Parts: sequence; C-alpha cells; structure tokens
Amino acid sequence: MARDDLLTVTAHGISCPLGDFHIDPWRPVSRALITHGHSDHARAGHDSYLATPAAAPAIRHRLGVEVETLAFGQPLKIGPVRVSFHPAGHLPGSAQVRVEHKGEVWVVSGDYKTEPDRLAEPFEPVSCHAFITECTFGLPVFRWRPEPEAMAEVNAWWAKNRAAGRLSLLGAYSLGKAQRLLAGIDTAQGPILTHGAIEDLNEVMRAQGLPLPATTRVTPETDLKRYPGALVLAPPSALGSAWARRFGPASTGFASGWMALRGIRRRRGTDRGFVISDHADWPGLNEAIRATGASRVIATHGYTAPFRRWLAEQGYEAGILATEFTGESLEAPEDGP
Amino acid sequence: MKRFARLFAALDATTRTGEKVAALADYFTEAPEEDRLWTVALLSGRRPKRSVSATRLREWAAEAAGLPLWLFEESYAIAGDLAETIALILPPAEDATDRPLADWLAEVRALVALPEEEKKPRILAAWAALGGTERFLFNKLLTGGFRMGVSQVLMTRALARATGIAEPDLAHRLMGDWSPERTTWAGLILTEDPTADLSRPYPFTLAYQVEDPPEGLGDPADWFAEWKWDGIRGQLIRRGKEHFLWSRGEELITDRFPEIAASRDWLPEGSVIDGEVLAFADGRPLPFAALQRRIGRKTVSKKLLAEAPAVFMAYDLLEHGGEDIRALPFAERRARLGALLSEVPPEAPLQLSPETPFDDWQTLAAARDRSHEEGAEGLMLKRRAAAYGAGRKKGDWWKWKVDPFTIDAVMIYAQAGHGRRANLYTDFTFAVWDGEALVPFTKAYSGLTDAEFERITAWVRRNTLERFGPVRRVTPAHVFEIAFEGIQASPRHKSGVALRFPRMLRWREDKPVAEANTLADLKEMLRLYG
Repeated sequence: MARDDLLTVTAHGISCPLGDFHIDPWRPVSRALITHGHSDHARAGHDSYLATPAAAPAIRHRLGVEVETLAFGQPLKIGPVRVSFHPAGHLPGSAQVRVEHKGEVWVVSGDYKTEPDRLAEPFEPVSCHAFITECTFGLPVFRWRPEPEAMAEVNAWWAKNRAAGRLSLLGAYSLGKAQRLLAGIDTAQGPILTHGAIEDLNEVMRAQGLPLPATTRVTPETDLKRYPGALVLAPPSALGSAWARRFGPASTGFASGWMALRGIRRRRGTDRGFVISDHADWPGLNEAIRATGASRVIATHGYTAPFRRWLAEQGYEAGILATEFTGESLEAPEDGP
Repeated sequence: MKRFARLFAALDATTRTGEKVAALADYFTEAPEEDRLWTVALLSGRRPKRSVSATRLREWAAEAAGLPLWLFEESYAIAGDLAETIALILPPAEDATDRPLADWLAEVRALVALPEEEKKPRILAAWAALGGTERFLFNKLLTGGFRMGVSQVLMTRALARATGIAEPDLAHRLMGDWSPERTTWAGLILTEDPTADLSRPYPFTLAYQVEDPPEGLGDPADWFAEWKWDGIRGQLIRRGKEHFLWSRGEELITDRFPEIAASRDWLPEGSVIDGEVLAFADGRPLPFAALQRRIGRKTVSKKLLAEAPAVFMAYDLLEHGGEDIRALPFAERRARLGALLSEVPPEAPLQLSPETPFDDWQTLAAARDRSHEEGAEGLMLKRRAAAYGAGRKKGDWWKWKVDPFTIDAVMIYAQAGHGRRANLYTDFTFAVWDGEALVPFTKAYSGLTDAEFERITAWVRRNTLERFGPVRRVTPAHVFEIAFEGIQASPRHKSGVALRFPRMLRWREDKPVAEANTLADLKEMLRLYG
C-alpha cells in the first residue's frame, strides 16, 4: 500500500501511522487493538490491549494481560484518528475495526461470518472507502448451508450414536466454535462432556453472562459409565490422542468449513465432517464487501490471489496485504480459530 | 437417486468395513433391482461410456454458476475433483422429484448419441434438479471415475449377505464380460448358469510379498517355486471353439495379442489357464518396455509383431475338460497343466513357466539373486496342497521379489495431489547431478506417510522459487531415496532414461543435496540392467 494510506502493514502487523497503533499485530507494539481472542490475532507482549467487553475475557484468560475495553459503536479518538468496533459475527465480542481520519474511512474486518448464530453478535456491515477483508474461504466451492440444517445433522449423528450405545466425540476449536455448537445443538438429547481446554473457556464465557448449557469437564476421575451416549466436545488435536482413547469405540466428528471438501474430510480420518464455519463463505464474503460500499478492497489471509483477481474483475481497486493471520487453519494445533 | 446418495454418504462416512458391508447389504435388499444391478456394475468398474469432455463440463459449469473459467480452475485445483467442484460451485438445486439411479444412468447413456448442443441443456437441467451429493454423483457418472471406497471383496460379501448366495459363487458370477444393459439382477446374481457366458474368467488368486527370508514358511518340500515374470497377468480361456484372453484388470485383450490365437492348437475344449502375457524372443522375456508397446494397441502392425512377439506363459490350470478344478491341490493342477502342454514346441506362443527346483531356502535365495539375469522380477512360492482361491489371501501364495533399484535424488518441483490429497503437495519431480546442474529424471507421488506429506507441503509453501500453474519450483534442499523396478533408455526424457514404478522409499533428511546420485550413476544402471 502507498505510504500515505491510513492503514498499512509493517513488520509488526497492520499499522495506523497517524494514530500510532496496530490492529492484531504479530510482534510486540505499544498499542494493540485486538479484534478477537484467537491466537493468530491476539498475541502476547504488547504494552496495551484494547478489545470489546465481550472479547476481552477470553483474551485476558489466554494471554494473562490487562485489556482495556471499548463497546461496539463507541467512538474513540486516538491522536487525530477516530476508531470504533463493530460486530464481526465470528465469535462473541469479535470486532471489525473502523478507522476514520478527515472523512476517510477504512475498516479492518478481522475474521468474520455473515450468517447469524445463537451466540455471537450478528455481523454488521460498515460503510467505508477501503475494506481490509479476510478471505479464508474465498473460493466459490465454499457455500455454507443454513446453520439450522448443519446443526440438525450434528443432532442426528449424536442420536444415531446414542441409539447404538456409542459416545459421540466431536472436534471443535475451543474458543468460539465449541460454544457456538453448545448453543446450537439439541442439548436435551443427553449429557455433554468437555475437554478441559474447552471447559476453561466455557467458564470464562458463562462468567460474562453468555447463555451456555450445562456441561461436565472430563477429568481422570470421570466415570464414563454415568454418561451413556454422551456428546464429548474436544479440540481437534485431542481427537486422535491418548486423551480420546478412554472413550472406547466412539464415533468421531469434526466441525469446520474445510469439511466442505471431500478430500480434506477423508484425510482428516474422522467418521463425520460437519460443514460449520465461523468464517464467511463465498456468497457471504461477496455480500459483505458489496454492503460496505468500499471502492478499495484488500484481501489479507486465505485464497488472496484468486480473490483479488475476482474483485478486480468486479471493478474494485483490489489488493493483497500479506499478514501472518491463518484463518481457519487445518494444520493449526488446538489454538486455531 | 436419493437412496443411492444415502448409500454413498453412509459408505463415505465410515472406515469400518463392517458398517460398509451392512450399508451395502441393506441397499442390495431394499433398492429397486435395476438400481442394485447398476450399483454392482459401478462398484466393479463398469461404467457408462463417457459422453461429454471434461473441458465442456468445466465451461458449462462456470457459465451456469456465473463465474469466469479461471476461477473455476482455481477452485478445481483446491477441491481436486472435477465432479465435486461442479457440484459445489453451482447454486443450490431446485429440489425436484426423485428419480431412480437407473433412470439417471439411462439419461447419461442417452447423451452419447446426441450432438453437443443437445447435451448441454440436458446436463444443465440435471444440475438444476439435483442437490448436494446427488449432483456430485451424477457428475461422477458423467465423468466415469467412480470410487466409493468399496473393494470387490466387500461388495461380494454384502451381496452374499443380501442374497444368501456363497461369496465364491458370486465372485465368479461377477467376472467377465457382462453389462447391466444386457442382463438383469435375477440373470446375473441369482441364477446359477456358468455356461451363460463362454468367455467368463475365474477370479484371480493374488499373492502377498513374503517376509525376507522365507524360512518361516516351513518345510521347503511343501512349496513350489517359479519365476515371477514381469508382464501382464492373464487368463487364457478355450471354450466353444473360441479363445479369450483376459487381463487381471478384467479387460478382454484377445485381439491385442493375435499371435496367442495359435495356442488353440494345443488346448482342448474346456481349458482355462492362469498365466502371464510376456514379450518373448529367443527363449527369454524381453524387457517390459517391449510389452508396453503392445499394451493399449487394438491393432498391431506386422513390424511390431516381429519386434515384440508375445507368448502366454502358463502358471496354473483352472478348468480341465470343461470342469472347474480350482478346488484340487496345486500340485495336481500343475501336473495336469504339464501333461497338457508337454507337446508344445518351444516356438509356440504358449509356454509352461518352468519350475525353480530347490531343496532348502538357501538354494532358493541364490536362485532369487539371479532373477534379473533371467528377466524375472523375483520368485513366486505356491503351496503344493493349496486350492486356487479367489482374491488375495495370506498363506498359500507368496511373491518374493528382488529388492528394487534405488537412487538418491533431489526434489526440484512439487505439485498438489488430487482427491484425498488435494491441497497437499504430493507429486514431486526429482533430479540427479550432471556436473553442477540438476537434471530431472523422474516423477514420484507415493511412498510417504500423510504426516510426511503435510510436513513437506508446509516446506514447499515457504520455499517456492517459481510457479508454473499448479507446479512449484522449489529450492533444491531435500534428498529422497527413489525405488524403481526397471530402467530403460528413453529419448523423450531429458535424462535419457525412464524408470518403471518409481516411488519414494524414504525421505533422506540426513543427506545433504550434494551427496545425491549423478546422471552417470543412472547411465551405469541403464548399461547393466536396461
């Protein structure tokens, strides 16, 4: 990007030189605005952190840092620049960052999802001149079905396993995806057990008042016989581990946008893949971009090269910003989004 | 089609063979008979003739989705499967009435005869009417390649469960030249009539690689050894005054090897022989490359017939005097085969594969070391008392191949795989040193574990020097040990050599690039074994 742009990228991350702050920086800076608590966006080592009140508890929990908060829609002056947070629909408290200077408006999307779920604040399009967007699933093969249909599939799988006297072991990232599943599935079907990494975040979110159903943390002492036909929620990395072995011949599932592709689903080696993503699909990305009214669109992480070309063909001034964000990574360990 | 899609989803959703068999058996009990028959056909590799090119399908799908073709191609590169890419990029279906699988297959078969401009609207209509998995399956029927993660063995087991007919009987009924267009469920599966099809072969017995050394097999006297020839495994059938030659892949190749017709002079009616088609001259096999020139040619020129004459090297006798003798001990079958072929002159296109006699395992090991000189790829060991089984079963038949040739090579290009390996870099080009330069000499795409492929994929992404479409040129930094079964001169390759069955034996992370092999090493191998 040109030198006089309102936002640019440095070795530290996305930077606003006029306001002397960074957005989701990957190297230590003095002032960091954090869109949400996933590890590729919220990193340790900054002097100060600013996030929404709903996103802050998970960031504090994960990084053990002080986090100042700024409510959605509240403007804040940083130097000559005005910033505000707007819902991104990715997980509770996840924000887009609006940056304004002398009438010029830029928006950094962070990670976002346009379809509402039952937990996160719904995505809100923000008018801007320049939109810096993620495009994790920026190819037309990615098209999510409505959330109730996907949740019904999970419910049916769980019911079938219960009928067969088997536990259902469902892999989901511990911050966001796990809680969204908890809020969406039919919890009347039976008991729900959780891996410690997930239960820690459940506790954080319950404490901030989010409506999550009752769950039971799995410990070495847990007597599994007391939970026949239970659903077990665990981070994906725990699925093939020694931890998972105690559940015997459980049926395994994995909830991720990547499960839309059969090859990846099969390579993953779980019994079932559920196409449930906290990122926008192809129609969602295109709709979100259109809704900003931006003439300039810059892609960060995901299928940036084809997505940029597609945007350019649609008449946008399109660019790519090389960041260290990973989006919904398949290779990422437990900490992925 | 919905029922077939549910079957596919059930098969796709599990890796447990028990669940697969159960899902299939249910389907073979409940589905309409015509759908069952087609499913058996598809699962045994019989598919409708391809009616439309992949290029047209891409263009039509991109157009119907309102996308530029280049974006379709980018998506295809990620999904790794054409049928799936088309199914995914098109807008959701207008859910229409459910038509049976056989109906859709009739639709697909009808396309063949139509001019292109009439194919297009029918395919577009099908895409609009079919949703999700059904659209994907329709595309699979259109494009041919159909893998459902079900082996012929599993399918036969499910059929046995659904019909109560014994597995070996079913396996035999499913062999040979049948088509769902000319038979019925009752005619193919339920009726016991071995004469229904004169050309019908028996299921082949397959062998496992034996542990090295084979002392564990016990008393050498229980075993028969012969050369493992490197040709096309086949079955030669003489029935009804005709002869039929089948490949192990159940392809009828009678007409491709016209010289083998002369074997009728020595074979009485009602004979079936298991053996190997070899290019053969002056009493010894020619390199596989010679036979390769014959494969895939439906008509053979006189010149080629003279340069690469074929013989059928007989291993075993399965039918004798019109009687199925597979249940007899191998020793007895082999004795009968020997008697049958005792008058065959050495220049005939039918030969008895010679026994490699041995009294102890050391003698046999010494014989195995001569394999390359004999033009063989190792030895076969068959238990003298064993019946001729169907398929691969551990215990009675073993192959004892010589160790492959190996060479250490440097990876210089990487390309993403397909299907299960889409978006993993799995297809690599390897090079050897020629002075200061690296000369590419082979590609290989198998031999590493999924974990290793994931590791090398992450490395490829970070170490790409150049991109040519789907291919990435990478920093020459990694050495792999490449194994292969044969080497031959090839003017079409920059290196001047072509390898047979190259694959990655291991990733030599311990080896610096400078210590990889050289072109001179390859040329020396060519001189010795080409």
